[in-house]
Amino acid sequence: MTEMLHVEALHKSFGKLEVLRGIDLELAEHEVVCLIGASGSGKSTLLRCVNLLEPVDAGRIVLAGEEITAPGVDVNRVRRGIGIVFQAFNLFPHMSVLANVTLGPRKALGLSRAAANARAEDLLARFGLREKRDDYPDRLSGGQQQRVAIVRALAMQPRLLLLDEVTSALDPELVAEVLEVIRELAGEGMTMLIATHEMGFARDVAARVCFLDEGVILEEGLPEQIFSAPREARTQQFLQRIVEAGRL
Amino acid sequence: MRIFLTAEAIILVTALGLAVIRSLPGPVFFPVRVLAIVYADFFRGVPTILVILMLGVGMPSLQLEGIPDSQIFWATVSLVLVYTAYVSEVYRAGIESVHPSQDAAARSLGLTHLQSLRHVVIPQAVRRVIPPLLNDFIGLQKDTALVSVLGVVEALRQTQINEAADFNGTHYLVAATLFVAITIPLARFTDWLVARDRRRRQAAGVGA
Repeated sequence: MTEMLHVEALHKSFGKLEVLRGIDLELAEHEVVCLIGASGSGKSTLLRCVNLLEPVDAGRIVLAGEEITAPGVDVNRVRRGIGIVFQAFNLFPHMSVLANVTLGPRKALGLSRAAANARAEDLLARFGLREKRDDYPDRLSGGQQQRVAIVRALAMQPRLLLLDEVTSALDPELVAEVLEVIRELAGEGMTMLIATHEMGFARDVAARVCFLDEGVILEEGLPEQIFSAPREARTQQFLQRIVEAGRL
Repeated sequence: MRIFLTAEAIILVTALGLAVIRSLPGPVFFPVRVLAIVYADFFRGVPTILVILMLGVGMPSLQLEGIPDSQIFWATVSLVLVYTAYVSEVYRAGIESVHPSQDAAARSLGLTHLQSLRHVVIPQAVRRVIPPLLNDFIGLQKDTALVSVLGVVEALRQTQINEAADFNGTHYLVAATLFVAITIPLARFTDWLVARDRRRRQAAGVGA
């Protein structure tokens, strides 16, 4: 198995608050890994660091053999190969769906308008969004907006896709349509690192689950092991609370 | 009127440039950021009429080779200098009002800082600051009257001349009406622009 992502002793602080306190993580090509843990445990920050949206304080991130945290690395080139989908969608409200999806391919990859449109139309059709291509994001449901955001990331043909609690801002009845898309991507072999609160989904889709607690990966293992026989007391506590909230 | 239009076109562009400069990240751009701040502070602080007098009277009287000695030219330059400072602050407020997650989304696609500004941040920022930009338009349009202190024959000046000729005070009223006749259509036009943008974003797409 080829290694896609390798994170080593990653540290990140915001002011005095140390959010990541030595993260070690590996992802093979085509592997899906879920990050679980309470809010504030560092899941989002880890994803943002991998995408170089946040500069890291210490440690290394290696993407497909290249150390992307090394000084002098062209961050724009690195980011073109890594897709990220945000909790709040972050679609561009002044652009149509099609323009949202084609902006990256046209401006960052240098595709012609025709080539970018063709690529976008293919993806939109595949995810049931063909009729929405000329709509503005405000007109779409949350589920549709998030699917557009996923398509926008896929249009860059990334090697690695980061998903940051992509269903947390959705109404419950809209969660399924977005999770379905992610399952489909997993089936196709997309390498994904997914921060999520959807434990049932994580159990289904993940090859491995990592439990983050106070900026470290406290426990890591197969989904069955983590969800049915967690070793660490903190993991047990966390899952207990999830069960009580009726989310597992 | 021509002074106003020429100045306005230049101001809209240079002010945006100035606002962009102030948004540039990192220590590399520290010196230009400081220059931009000093510029804005200075020209917002000095009364417009002083700048017009300094440049309009001062520059031609230097009688330097190679620089224009037209008072209208220097009056226009003065207005551009002063209003660029104001308008750049309006743009900057607009740029800062766009949520950082928009920039993050654009950068995550591999767009550069300037591409993100150009395609994502500034289009949204400008839409938001259209009403305050109009404020500055109107201010500029009225301040073109200050140019008359240089003896340039300009709307207000012309009025005074006419007044002196036939001792009729209604000329001031006519002048005021002329100014308002320009600003009111401008105001309605901006309202229309804002409303159209809102409608478009909320309406289902009909063709691209």
